[in-house]
Amino acid sequence: MNKPLLGIVLGTILGAVDGLTAWFTPAVRNALLSIVIGSTIKGLIAGVLIGFFARKVNSLALGILFGLGVGLLLALAVAAMQPGPDHYYFAIMLPGGIVGTIIGYATQRFGERPQTLAR
Amino acid sequence: MTRFLNDSALERLREAADSPELTGTRYRLVDKLGQGGMGGVYCVEDTELERRVALKVISVPDPDGACTVRLLQEARIIARLEHPGIVPVHDAGVLPDGRPYYTMKLVQGKRLDEHVESIASLSDRLRLFLRICDAVAFAHAHGVLHRDLKPANIMIGPFGEVLVMDWGLSKVLGPSPANDIPIGHADSGAATENRTMLTAHGTIVGTPGYMSPEQIRGDASLDQRSDIYSLGAILQFLITGNAEAIAKPLSAIRVRAMAENPETRYQTVSQLSTDVAHFLDGLAVSAYPESTMVRAWRWVLRNRTWILLLLAYLLTRTLLIFFRPR
Repeated sequence: MNKPLLGIVLGTILGAVDGLTAWFTPAVRNALLSIVIGSTIKGLIAGVLIGFFARKVNSLALGILFGLGVGLLLALAVAAMQPGPDHYYFAIMLPGGIVGTIIGYATQRFGERPQTLAR
Repeated sequence: MTRFLNDSALERLREAADSPELTGTRYRLVDKLGQGGMGGVYCVEDTELERRVALKVISVPDPDGACTVRLLQEARIIARLEHPGIVPVHDAGVLPDGRPYYTMKLVQGKRLDEHVESIASLSDRLRLFLRICDAVAFAHAHGVLHRDLKPANIMIGPFGEVLVMDWGLSKVLGPSPANDIPIGHADSGAATENRTMLTAHGTIVGTPGYMSPEQIRGDASLDQRSDIYSLGAILQFLITGNAEAIAKPLSAIRVRAMAENPETRYQTVSQLSTDVAHFLDGLAVSAYPESTMVRAWRWVLRNRTWILLLLAYLLTRTLLIFFRPR
Protein backbone atom coordinates (compact mmCIF):
# COMPACT_ATOMS: atom_id res chain seq x y z
CA MET A 1 0.00 0.00 0.00
CA ASN A 2 1.42 3.40 -0.88
CA LYS A 3 2.20 5.86 1.89
CA PRO A 4 -0.64 8.38 1.42
CA LEU A 5 -3.23 5.61 1.12
CA LEU A 6 -1.83 3.84 4.18
CA GLY A 7 -1.94 7.14 6.07
CA ILE A 8 -5.58 7.73 5.05
CA VAL A 9 -6.71 4.17 5.93
CA LEU A 10 -4.84 4.09 9.23
CA GLY A 11 -5.82 7.65 10.16
CA THR A 12 -9.50 6.93 9.47
CA ILE A 13 -9.53 3.67 11.44
CA LEU A 14 -7.57 5.02 14.40
CA GLY A 15 -9.65 8.22 14.37
CA ALA A 16 -12.88 6.20 14.51
CA VAL A 17 -11.55 3.93 17.26
CA ASP A 18 -10.30 6.95 19.17
CA GLY A 19 -13.76 8.51 18.90
CA LEU A 20 -15.43 5.31 20.08
CA THR A 21 -13.48 5.43 23.33
CA ALA A 22 -15.76 8.32 24.28
CA TRP A 23 -18.30 5.61 25.09
CA PHE A 24 -16.38 5.02 28.30
CA THR A 25 -17.16 8.59 29.38
CA PRO A 26 -20.85 8.60 30.41
CA ALA A 27 -21.05 12.39 30.34
CA VAL A 28 -20.50 12.54 26.59
CA ARG A 29 -22.06 9.22 25.60
CA ASN A 30 -25.13 11.00 24.20
CA ALA A 31 -22.93 12.77 21.68
CA LEU A 32 -21.01 9.62 20.71
CA LEU A 33 -21.99 9.68 17.03
CA SER A 34 -20.85 13.24 16.45
CA ILE A 35 -17.66 12.57 18.42
CA VAL A 36 -16.90 9.50 16.28
CA ILE A 37 -17.59 11.42 13.06
CA GLY A 38 -15.45 14.35 14.17
CA SER A 39 -12.64 12.09 15.36
CA THR A 40 -12.76 10.11 12.11
CA ILE A 41 -12.48 13.28 10.05
CA LYS A 42 -9.59 14.41 12.26
CA GLY A 43 -7.85 11.08 11.73
CA LEU A 44 -8.49 11.29 8.00
CA ILE A 45 -6.95 14.75 7.77
CA ALA A 46 -3.97 13.64 9.88
CA GLY A 47 -3.55 10.54 7.66
CA VAL A 48 -3.56 12.61 4.46
CA LEU A 49 -1.00 15.08 5.78
CA ILE A 50 1.28 12.47 7.32
CA GLY A 51 0.96 10.14 4.33
CA PHE A 52 1.95 12.81 1.83
CA PHE A 53 4.79 13.92 4.09
CA ALA A 54 6.04 10.32 4.19
CA ARG A 55 5.98 10.23 0.39
CA LYS A 56 8.15 13.34 0.20
CA VAL A 57 10.48 12.67 3.13
CA ASN A 58 11.91 9.20 3.58
CA SER A 59 12.99 9.32 7.21
CA LEU A 60 11.57 7.32 10.09
CA ALA A 61 12.57 9.89 12.70
CA LEU A 62 11.17 12.86 10.77
CA GLY A 63 8.02 10.88 9.95
CA ILE A 64 7.42 10.17 13.63
CA LEU A 65 8.10 13.80 14.59
CA PHE A 66 5.81 15.12 11.87
CA GLY A 67 3.07 12.66 12.91
CA LEU A 68 3.38 13.74 16.52
CA GLY A 69 3.21 17.40 15.51
CA VAL A 70 0.18 16.97 13.25
CA GLY A 71 -1.60 14.83 15.85
CA LEU A 72 -0.99 17.39 18.57
CA LEU A 73 -2.01 20.36 16.42
CA LEU A 74 -5.26 18.81 15.23
CA ALA A 75 -6.08 17.69 18.77
CA LEU A 76 -5.30 21.21 20.00
CA ALA A 77 -7.78 22.59 17.47
CA VAL A 78 -10.43 20.09 18.57
CA ALA A 79 -9.84 20.89 22.24
CA ALA A 80 -10.00 24.60 21.56
CA MET A 81 -13.39 24.13 19.85
CA GLN A 82 -14.87 22.42 22.90
CA PRO A 83 -17.85 24.38 24.27
CA GLY A 84 -17.83 25.45 27.89
CA PRO A 85 -15.09 26.45 30.25
CA ASP A 86 -13.24 23.09 30.23
CA HIS A 87 -11.35 22.32 27.05
CA TYR A 88 -9.72 19.05 28.19
CA TYR A 89 -6.49 19.89 26.40
CA PHE A 90 -4.51 17.14 28.12
CA ALA A 91 -7.18 14.46 27.68
CA ILE A 92 -7.62 15.24 24.00
CA MET A 93 -4.08 16.13 22.95
CA LEU A 94 -2.20 13.24 24.58
CA PRO A 95 -3.99 10.43 22.71
CA GLY A 96 -4.15 12.61 19.58
CA GLY A 97 -0.38 13.00 19.65
CA ILE A 98 0.13 9.25 20.08
CA VAL A 99 -2.24 8.48 17.21
CA GLY A 100 -0.30 10.90 14.99
CA THR A 101 2.96 9.23 16.04
CA ILE A 102 1.54 5.78 15.18
CA ILE A 103 0.49 6.99 11.71
CA GLY A 104 3.87 8.66 11.19
CA TYR A 105 5.72 5.48 12.15
CA ALA A 106 3.49 3.18 10.12
CA THR A 107 3.62 5.23 6.91
CA GLN A 108 7.41 5.37 7.00
CA ARG A 109 7.90 1.76 8.05
CA PHE A 110 5.26 -0.06 6.03
CA GLY A 111 4.21 2.29 3.22
CA GLU A 112 5.52 1.56 -0.25
CA ARG A 113 7.71 4.18 -1.88
CA PRO A 114 6.45 5.60 -5.18
CA GLN A 115 7.76 3.84 -8.28
CA THR A 116 10.12 5.78 -10.51
CA LEU A 117 8.76 6.06 -14.03
CA ALA A 118 11.22 5.10 -16.76
CA ARG A 119 10.97 6.96 -20.00
CA MET B 1 79.55 -19.62 -15.76
CA THR B 2 78.56 -20.25 -12.14
CA ARG B 3 81.27 -17.82 -11.10
CA PHE B 4 79.15 -15.03 -12.56
CA LEU B 5 75.61 -16.20 -11.91
CA ASN B 6 74.47 -16.57 -8.34
CA ASP B 7 71.11 -18.08 -7.31
CA SER B 8 69.15 -14.88 -7.55
CA ALA B 9 70.52 -14.18 -11.01
CA LEU B 10 69.57 -17.68 -12.09
CA GLU B 11 66.09 -17.18 -10.63
CA ARG B 12 65.69 -13.95 -12.60
CA LEU B 13 66.78 -15.72 -15.75
CA ARG B 14 64.28 -18.50 -15.10
CA GLU B 15 61.52 -15.95 -14.59
CA ALA B 16 62.49 -14.19 -17.78
CA ALA B 17 62.33 -17.48 -19.64
CA ASP B 18 58.88 -18.23 -18.15
CA SER B 19 57.53 -14.77 -18.97
CA PRO B 20 55.03 -14.77 -21.80
CA GLU B 21 56.30 -13.74 -25.21
CA LEU B 22 54.03 -10.82 -26.04
CA THR B 23 55.80 -9.46 -29.11
CA GLY B 24 53.32 -8.75 -31.88
CA THR B 25 50.33 -8.91 -29.53
CA ARG B 26 48.24 -6.08 -28.15
CA TYR B 27 49.66 -6.73 -24.68
CA ARG B 28 52.75 -5.39 -22.94
CA LEU B 29 54.13 -7.09 -19.84
CA VAL B 30 53.95 -5.04 -16.65
CA ASP B 31 54.47 -7.40 -13.74
CA LYS B 32 54.05 -10.93 -12.50
CA LEU B 33 51.13 -11.37 -10.14
CA GLY B 34 51.34 -14.99 -9.11
CA GLN B 35 52.22 -18.54 -9.96
CA GLY B 36 50.01 -21.58 -9.82
CA GLY B 37 50.55 -25.24 -10.46
CA MET B 38 49.85 -24.99 -14.17
CA GLY B 39 50.21 -21.37 -15.11
CA GLY B 40 51.41 -17.95 -14.20
CA VAL B 41 49.31 -14.82 -13.92
CA TYR B 42 50.75 -11.54 -15.17
CA CYS B 43 49.65 -7.94 -15.13
CA VAL B 44 49.76 -6.73 -18.74
CA GLU B 45 48.85 -3.51 -20.50
CA ASP B 46 46.25 -3.82 -23.23
CA THR B 47 47.77 -1.27 -25.63
CA GLU B 48 44.63 -1.00 -27.79
CA LEU B 49 42.19 -0.28 -25.00
CA GLU B 50 44.83 1.33 -22.81
CA ARG B 51 43.99 -0.57 -19.67
CA ARG B 52 45.66 -3.14 -17.50
CA VAL B 53 44.35 -6.67 -17.43
CA ALA B 54 45.46 -9.97 -15.92
CA LEU B 55 46.90 -12.53 -18.33
CA LYS B 56 47.03 -16.19 -17.42
CA VAL B 57 49.38 -18.40 -19.39
CA ILE B 58 50.66 -21.97 -19.08
CA SER B 59 54.10 -22.05 -17.53
CA VAL B 60 54.83 -25.76 -17.39
CA PRO B 61 55.88 -28.15 -20.15
CA ASP B 62 52.79 -29.43 -21.93
CA PRO B 63 53.88 -32.21 -24.26
CA ASP B 64 50.45 -33.83 -24.63
CA GLY B 65 48.55 -30.53 -24.81
CA ALA B 66 46.45 -31.37 -21.74
CA CYS B 67 47.29 -28.11 -19.98
CA THR B 68 46.34 -26.18 -23.10
CA VAL B 69 42.95 -27.81 -23.17
CA ARG B 70 42.48 -27.21 -19.46
CA LEU B 71 43.38 -23.54 -19.65
CA LEU B 72 41.09 -22.84 -22.56
CA GLN B 73 38.32 -24.84 -20.92
CA GLU B 74 38.74 -22.76 -17.78
CA ALA B 75 38.50 -19.59 -19.87
CA ARG B 76 35.34 -20.86 -21.58
CA ILE B 77 33.73 -21.78 -18.26
CA ILE B 78 34.40 -18.33 -16.78
CA ALA B 79 33.28 -16.67 -20.00
CA ARG B 80 29.85 -18.27 -19.73
CA LEU B 81 29.47 -16.96 -16.18
CA GLU B 82 28.74 -13.28 -16.72
CA HIS B 83 27.99 -12.07 -13.22
CA PRO B 84 29.17 -9.09 -11.14
CA GLY B 85 30.60 -11.54 -8.60
CA ILE B 86 32.68 -13.48 -11.12
CA VAL B 87 35.79 -12.04 -12.75
CA PRO B 88 35.12 -11.56 -16.47
CA VAL B 89 37.28 -13.02 -19.24
CA HIS B 90 38.22 -10.53 -21.98
CA ASP B 91 40.17 -12.52 -24.51
CA ALA B 92 41.77 -15.91 -25.18
CA GLY B 93 44.26 -17.17 -27.72
CA VAL B 94 47.78 -18.41 -28.36
CA LEU B 95 50.93 -16.33 -27.78
CA PRO B 96 53.75 -16.10 -30.37
CA ASP B 97 55.72 -18.59 -28.25
CA GLY B 98 52.92 -21.13 -28.79
CA ARG B 99 51.52 -21.00 -25.27
CA PRO B 100 47.78 -20.51 -24.82
CA TYR B 101 46.57 -17.67 -22.64
CA TYR B 102 43.49 -15.80 -21.59
CA THR B 103 43.06 -12.33 -20.21
CA MET B 104 40.64 -11.26 -17.54
CA LYS B 105 39.78 -8.25 -15.45
CA LEU B 106 42.65 -7.17 -13.25
CA VAL B 107 41.23 -7.27 -9.74
CA GLN B 108 43.02 -4.98 -7.35
CA GLY B 109 41.91 -5.67 -3.86
CA LYS B 110 42.44 -8.01 -0.97
CA ARG B 111 41.74 -11.67 -0.54
CA LEU B 112 38.98 -12.41 1.93
CA ASP B 113 41.39 -14.07 4.35
CA GLU B 114 43.43 -10.85 4.40
CA HIS B 115 40.42 -8.53 4.41
CA VAL B 116 38.28 -10.22 7.04
CA GLU B 117 39.92 -8.55 10.03
CA SER B 118 38.77 -5.16 8.77
CA ILE B 119 35.11 -6.24 8.85
CA ALA B 120 34.13 -5.74 12.45
CA SER B 121 30.43 -6.44 12.57
CA LEU B 122 28.88 -9.85 12.15
CA SER B 123 26.09 -8.46 9.97
CA ASP B 124 28.61 -6.97 7.51
CA ARG B 125 30.41 -10.31 7.32
CA LEU B 126 27.15 -12.12 6.69
CA ARG B 127 26.12 -9.64 3.98
CA LEU B 128 29.45 -10.27 2.30
CA PHE B 129 28.83 -14.01 2.58
CA LEU B 130 25.46 -13.56 0.87
CA ARG B 131 27.19 -11.92 -2.09
CA ILE B 132 29.55 -14.89 -2.36
CA CYS B 133 26.48 -17.13 -2.31
CA ASP B 134 24.93 -15.08 -5.13
CA ALA B 135 27.91 -15.68 -7.41
CA VAL B 136 28.11 -19.39 -6.59
CA ALA B 137 24.34 -19.82 -7.04
CA PHE B 138 24.66 -18.17 -10.44
CA ALA B 139 27.43 -20.60 -11.43
CA HIS B 140 25.34 -23.55 -10.25
CA ALA B 141 22.38 -22.27 -12.25
CA HIS B 142 24.66 -22.43 -15.28
CA GLY B 143 25.78 -25.93 -14.44
CA VAL B 144 29.23 -25.05 -13.10
CA LEU B 145 30.77 -26.28 -9.83
CA HIS B 146 33.66 -24.25 -8.44
CA ARG B 147 35.19 -27.04 -6.33
CA ASP B 148 37.79 -24.83 -4.65
CA LEU B 149 35.82 -22.23 -2.71
CA LYS B 150 37.89 -20.81 0.12
CA PRO B 151 38.67 -17.34 1.52
CA ALA B 152 41.89 -17.12 -0.51
CA ASN B 153 39.81 -17.40 -3.69
CA ILE B 154 37.46 -14.56 -2.80
CA MET B 155 38.64 -11.06 -3.67
CA ILE B 156 37.27 -7.90 -2.11
CA GLY B 157 37.75 -4.95 -4.45
CA PRO B 158 38.54 -1.38 -3.41
CA PHE B 159 34.87 -0.40 -3.75
CA GLY B 160 33.62 -3.41 -1.84
CA GLU B 161 33.14 -5.63 -4.88
CA VAL B 162 33.07 -9.32 -4.04
CA LEU B 163 34.59 -11.56 -6.72
CA VAL B 164 34.83 -15.33 -6.72
CA MET B 165 38.18 -16.15 -8.32
CA ASP B 166 40.18 -19.10 -9.53
CA TRP B 167 37.84 -21.32 -11.46
CA GLY B 168 40.74 -23.57 -12.44
CA LEU B 169 39.23 -26.56 -10.69
CA SER B 170 35.69 -25.91 -11.84
CA LYS B 171 33.59 -28.63 -13.37
CA VAL B 172 30.67 -28.46 -15.73
CA LEU B 173 27.77 -30.56 -14.52
CA GLY B 174 25.79 -32.79 -16.79
CA PRO B 175 26.57 -33.90 -20.33
CA SER B 176 29.15 -31.47 -21.63
CA PRO B 177 32.37 -31.70 -23.59
CA ALA B 178 34.03 -30.08 -20.56
CA ASN B 179 33.54 -33.23 -18.54
CA ASP B 180 35.68 -35.19 -20.95
CA ILE B 181 38.60 -32.93 -20.30
CA PRO B 182 40.92 -33.32 -17.33
CA ILE B 183 40.46 -30.52 -14.90
CA GLY B 184 42.90 -27.66 -14.67
CA HIS B 185 44.44 -26.65 -11.39
CA ALA B 186 45.96 -23.31 -12.10
CA ASP B 187 46.06 -20.84 -9.28
CA SER B 188 46.01 -17.11 -9.75
CA GLY B 189 48.44 -16.37 -7.00
CA ALA B 190 46.59 -17.96 -4.12
CA ALA B 191 48.53 -20.26 -1.86
CA THR B 192 48.95 -23.62 -3.47
CA GLU B 193 50.98 -25.50 -0.95
CA ASN B 194 47.93 -26.95 0.78
CA ARG B 195 46.17 -27.86 -2.37
CA THR B 196 45.99 -31.38 -3.53
CA MET B 197 45.33 -32.03 -7.12
CA LEU B 198 44.02 -34.57 -9.41
CA THR B 199 42.68 -35.53 -12.74
CA ALA B 200 39.17 -36.47 -13.64
CA HIS B 201 39.52 -40.09 -12.62
CA GLY B 202 38.57 -39.96 -8.99
CA THR B 203 41.60 -38.10 -7.81
CA ILE B 204 41.31 -35.38 -5.20
CA VAL B 205 41.13 -31.67 -6.00
CA GLY B 206 40.54 -28.81 -3.62
CA THR B 207 41.87 -27.40 -0.38
CA PRO B 208 41.82 -29.32 2.91
CA GLY B 209 39.46 -27.74 5.40
CA TYR B 210 37.19 -26.46 2.65
CA MET B 211 36.65 -29.69 0.71
CA SER B 212 33.50 -31.68 1.25
CA PRO B 213 33.87 -35.26 2.54
CA GLU B 214 32.83 -36.63 -0.85
CA GLN B 215 35.43 -34.44 -2.53
CA ILE B 216 38.11 -35.76 -0.15
CA ARG B 217 37.06 -39.30 -1.01
CA GLY B 218 37.55 -38.49 -4.69
CA ASP B 219 33.92 -39.15 -5.46
CA ALA B 220 33.48 -38.65 -9.20
CA SER B 221 29.81 -37.69 -8.91
CA LEU B 222 30.19 -34.39 -7.08
CA ASP B 223 27.29 -32.00 -7.30
CA GLN B 224 26.45 -28.51 -6.06
CA ARG B 225 26.17 -29.74 -2.50
CA SER B 226 29.94 -30.08 -2.44
CA ASP B 227 30.26 -26.32 -3.03
CA ILE B 228 27.62 -25.78 -0.33
CA TYR B 229 29.91 -27.58 2.12
CA SER B 230 32.74 -25.22 1.12
CA LEU B 231 30.43 -22.23 1.60
CA GLY B 232 29.65 -23.57 5.07
CA ALA B 233 33.39 -23.67 5.77
CA ILE B 234 33.71 -20.06 4.55
CA LEU B 235 30.80 -19.12 6.82
CA GLN B 236 32.63 -20.77 9.69
CA PHE B 237 35.76 -18.80 8.79
CA LEU B 238 33.78 -15.56 8.77
CA ILE B 239 32.03 -16.06 12.09
CA THR B 240 34.86 -17.65 14.06
CA GLY B 241 35.98 -15.41 16.88
CA ASN B 242 32.87 -13.24 16.74
CA ALA B 243 31.00 -13.30 20.03
CA GLU B 244 27.66 -12.61 18.34
CA ALA B 245 28.18 -15.70 16.22
CA ILE B 246 27.46 -17.85 19.25
CA ALA B 247 23.81 -17.42 18.25
CA LYS B 248 22.39 -20.91 17.95
CA PRO B 249 20.51 -20.34 14.67
CA LEU B 250 23.69 -19.19 12.92
CA SER B 251 25.62 -22.10 14.33
CA ALA B 252 22.86 -24.42 13.10
CA ILE B 253 23.11 -22.94 9.60
CA ARG B 254 26.83 -23.67 9.53
CA VAL B 255 26.35 -27.19 10.83
CA ARG B 256 23.69 -27.93 8.22
CA ALA B 257 25.81 -26.50 5.39
CA MET B 258 28.75 -28.65 6.51
CA ALA B 259 26.82 -31.84 7.18
CA GLU B 260 28.81 -35.01 6.49
CA ASN B 261 26.01 -36.46 4.42
CA PRO B 262 25.11 -34.36 1.35
CA GLU B 263 21.47 -35.43 1.74
CA THR B 264 21.19 -33.60 5.06
CA ARG B 265 22.90 -30.43 3.81
CA TYR B 266 21.15 -27.53 2.16
CA GLN B 267 20.31 -28.79 -1.29
CA THR B 268 20.79 -25.46 -3.04
CA VAL B 269 22.83 -22.33 -2.38
CA SER B 270 19.66 -20.25 -2.34
CA GLN B 271 18.34 -22.32 0.59
CA LEU B 272 21.55 -21.54 2.48
CA SER B 273 21.52 -17.84 1.60
CA THR B 274 17.83 -17.55 2.49
CA ASP B 275 18.55 -18.92 5.95
CA VAL B 276 21.46 -16.50 6.44
CA ALA B 277 19.30 -13.59 5.20
CA HIS B 278 16.52 -14.64 7.58
CA PHE B 279 19.01 -14.71 10.43
CA LEU B 280 20.13 -11.19 9.51
CA ASP B 281 16.51 -10.00 9.48
CA GLY B 282 15.77 -11.59 12.84
CA LEU B 283 13.50 -14.22 11.30
CA ALA B 284 13.36 -17.95 11.96
CA VAL B 285 15.80 -20.13 10.02
CA SER B 286 14.97 -23.56 8.63
CA ALA B 287 18.10 -25.12 10.15
CA TYR B 288 17.03 -24.29 13.68
CA PRO B 289 13.53 -25.35 14.73
CA GLU B 290 12.11 -23.07 17.43
CA SER B 291 9.30 -23.37 19.96
CA THR B 292 6.18 -21.23 19.56
CA MET B 293 7.24 -19.13 22.54
CA VAL B 294 10.62 -18.34 21.01
CA ARG B 295 8.96 -17.46 17.69
CA ALA B 296 6.47 -15.20 19.47
CA TRP B 297 9.24 -13.45 21.38
CA ARG B 298 11.18 -12.95 18.12
CA TRP B 299 8.04 -11.38 16.59
CA VAL B 300 7.68 -9.06 19.57
CA LEU B 301 11.33 -7.99 19.32
CA ARG B 302 11.00 -7.35 15.59
CA ASN B 303 7.87 -5.23 16.07
CA ARG B 304 8.74 -3.66 19.40
CA THR B 305 8.33 -0.02 18.25
CA TRP B 306 4.91 -0.75 16.79
CA ILE B 307 3.84 -2.64 19.89
CA LEU B 308 5.17 0.04 22.26
CA LEU B 309 3.25 2.77 20.43
CA LEU B 310 0.00 0.80 20.58
CA LEU B 311 0.57 0.00 24.25
CA ALA B 312 1.26 3.68 24.95
CA TYR B 313 -2.02 4.61 23.28
CA LEU B 314 -4.00 1.94 25.14
CA LEU B 315 -2.40 2.90 28.45
CA THR B 316 -3.17 6.57 27.89
CA ARG B 317 -6.77 5.84 27.00
CA THR B 318 -7.19 3.53 29.99
CA LEU B 319 -5.73 6.08 32.39
CA LEU B 320 -7.95 8.81 30.95
CA ILE B 321 -11.03 6.63 31.37
CA PHE B 322 -10.32 5.85 35.02
CA PHE B 323 -8.83 9.19 35.97
CA ARG B 324 -10.76 11.44 33.62
CA PRO B 325 -10.52 15.16 34.28
CA ARG B 326 -13.52 16.76 35.85
